[in-house]
Amino acid sequence: MSNLDITYISQILTGYKSMKGALIPVLQEVQNHYTYIPEPAVDLIAEALNISPSEIYGVLTFYTQFYTQPEGKYTIKLCRGTACHVKGSKSILEAIERKLGIRVGETTKDDLFTLRIVACLGACAVAPVMMVNGDYYGELTLEKIEGIFDELQAKECKSAKT
Amino acid sequence: MEKLNFIEQFRTFRRNCLSQGDSVVPTIVVPAGTCGRASGANELIRVIEQELADKGLTEKIGLRVTGCHGFCEMEPYILIEPEQTFYPKVDPAEIPNIIEAVVRGDVLEDLLLKDSESGRIMQKQDDLPFFNKQVRTILSRNERIDPVSIESYISIGGYSAMVKVFENGDPKWVISEVKASGLRGRGGAGFLTGLKWKMLAEQPNGHGKFLVCNADEGDPGAYMDRSVLEGNPHSIIEGMIIGAYGTGVTEGILYVRNEYPLAIKHFNIALRQAREIGFLGEDILGTGFSFDISLVKGAGAFVCGEETALIRSIEGKMGEPRQRPPFPIQKGIYGKPTAINNVETWANIPVIIEGGAEAFAKIGTKNNHGTKIFSLVGKIKNTGLVEIPMGMTIKEIVYKIGGGPAGKSEIKAVQTGGPSGGCIPANKFDISIDYDSLTEVGSIMGSGGMIVMDKNTCMVDVAKYFMNFLKDESCGKCYTCRKGTQRMYEILDDISKGKGTSAHLRLLDELAHVVKDTTMCGLGQTASNPVLSTLRYFKDEYIEHIEKKRCPAGVCKELISYSINENCVGCRACVKACPEGAISGEKKQRHFIDTGKCIKCGACRNVCKFEAVDV
Repeated sequence: MSNLDITYISQILTGYKSMKGALIPVLQEVQNHYTYIPEPAVDLIAEALNISPSEIYGVLTFYTQFYTQPEGKYTIKLCRGTACHVKGSKSILEAIERKLGIRVGETTKDDLFTLRIVACLGACAVAPVMMVNGDYYGELTLEKIEGIFDELQAKECKSAKT
Repeated sequence: MEKLNFIEQFRTFRRNCLSQGDSVVPTIVVPAGTCGRASGANELIRVIEQELADKGLTEKIGLRVTGCHGFCEMEPYILIEPEQTFYPKVDPAEIPNIIEAVVRGDVLEDLLLKDSESGRIMQKQDDLPFFNKQVRTILSRNERIDPVSIESYISIGGYSAMVKVFENGDPKWVISEVKASGLRGRGGAGFLTGLKWKMLAEQPNGHGKFLVCNADEGDPGAYMDRSVLEGNPHSIIEGMIIGAYGTGVTEGILYVRNEYPLAIKHFNIALRQAREIGFLGEDILGTGFSFDISLVKGAGAFVCGEETALIRSIEGKMGEPRQRPPFPIQKGIYGKPTAINNVETWANIPVIIEGGAEAFAKIGTKNNHGTKIFSLVGKIKNTGLVEIPMGMTIKEIVYKIGGGPAGKSEIKAVQTGGPSGGCIPANKFDISIDYDSLTEVGSIMGSGGMIVMDKNTCMVDVAKYFMNFLKDESCGKCYTCRKGTQRMYEILDDISKGKGTSAHLRLLDELAHVVKDTTMCGLGQTASNPVLSTLRYFKDEYIEHIEKKRCPAGVCKELISYSINENCVGCRACVKACPEGAISGEKKQRHFIDTGKCIKCGACRNVCKFEAVDV
């Protein structure tokens, strides 16, 4: 935390100081940059927008898309929409949890994977479906899950060696 | 792009757009909405571009990348214009052959879709039952345009409705047309749009009213709004300009889910183009009328689909609903009068103005005019977006357009209206699809999700799934919603684990009614619907779980066990697939599952090719 570069937060804030309803867009921009909302950001935002830190915590814990911990290199967004549910996304979720040894909302110890569930990705034709850093993986089966993560892990091992 | 300052300049501009669009070359159309891209449309586009460039055909064959046309099941597919030849699930390796065939003016029959019953080859899009039973006033425009080109939209008649309104010059006429059309809000509640606008126009606060397009499509399993925003963003802008002119509003807001990056991108491009050409901003086309739209991204809260919560979210606060009255139409964003309409409602506005209220009112049934888009998903053969005239029966949608069940298992229900809706059993599939009939059978129209369920779907599990969703999404303001959804979930969880009693059923029913009667907002008041509708139509399944400790659909884990039957040939596929090492057995001999070790993940059943794993 100590070596976090907070200059970017101040940069973002200059553009929003006089805007009404700026809090959510500010938080979104901060998170886009840091992958989460770092603690020092809250005080800076509070001062710039003249909102109390407790109000900011209220907003950032109310909405599911704000995170207070850094994300892993890969964010897995597993769709838990109704179409995916009736096509077995719950067992897919359990399989990912077993495979990576983490629960929803957690990050693996090597900081590679963060597992999240989303209400609906809207790609129901390829249900059950998940997104890993912007790439879609559809028609998931328990076998496919093994293959996808084996491949990603192998790729990371390789790049770590070189 | 040059700014247009007068209506006359628009006409010249439009003529130019039309003449450019008049090319005779055959065109390859690739639908590439989010769902198409998830199925591989991007790769297809890359290969087509490469192939056209390599063979020097870029001048002879056109390529148009569009938004979603609706038939997601067949994606990635391509359409060859002008014949409308439909190639389903295209393998990029076939692209060179297809392009050669286009050059020859030929069709590759092997790659076309065949009717599963008659074996008849279906060449054209309109030959497909999926398409030819629909009335596609909104979705058909998606396939005719490039969503990121304003010229493309204008060339199919876009922004003519806006100009028609400016030429008429009477805001009251706009409202009377929309009222006469009988258009009801497509977000789910079905309030008359024209009436809402009339109320907004009559608000005494002359300055600083807001118009909002609600694109916070939160119902899981519904994605028609995203598809319209991605595939035809200008139609929403045009609808909002018309609405603003009619109601005297100068500020518009699109509130969109952050999970829709492509929709946000396309809408931002469209906004920029509309400003450049002078359709948004000050003194639009020299009429003296000014209006602009800004985009606000949501941050992930289902309750923000509720009007008062959405307003608070736009103001940068927690999205907690508040008591009504005052209604948003009186006091909305920053205390100013605000009218909120759903994406599909806005998309209908240019259609109504252009074609006339009378023509619009002819589609559908009494009090339910026009078309409605549904996302037909779940255990259905033809997954996709379907646009139907109001009044069609569920049976027609599910069996004629949807093609019936996806697998061998029979369809037993459809769920409409998302978490606020209910399950409609198969014996009620003859009811007509309109706001009133759906409410009568205990569900709602909602934004248009239609999730098909078959005999392998457990209705207790479905109710539990929705209640889990709702307890997480309840904002917590009303005690009965916060604790009521939590308790209903716990009771359903107990039942699904075989710990339920008949007293639980009575309690569940009572709790459902209490939550319905004592909560403040739409989320709480409808939160009981998944429970009430499954209790109403599928009580026998609850009783099976409670009395016989059995899950007839084979879904609730605690009540099922896996075993291997005599079909087993001893291939060891399941032994390898089992993550817990619970399956033993020699090669070519029947295997056995150690139920003590089994975690019931279903991996063995998925890999077995001999239907040897029983539940």
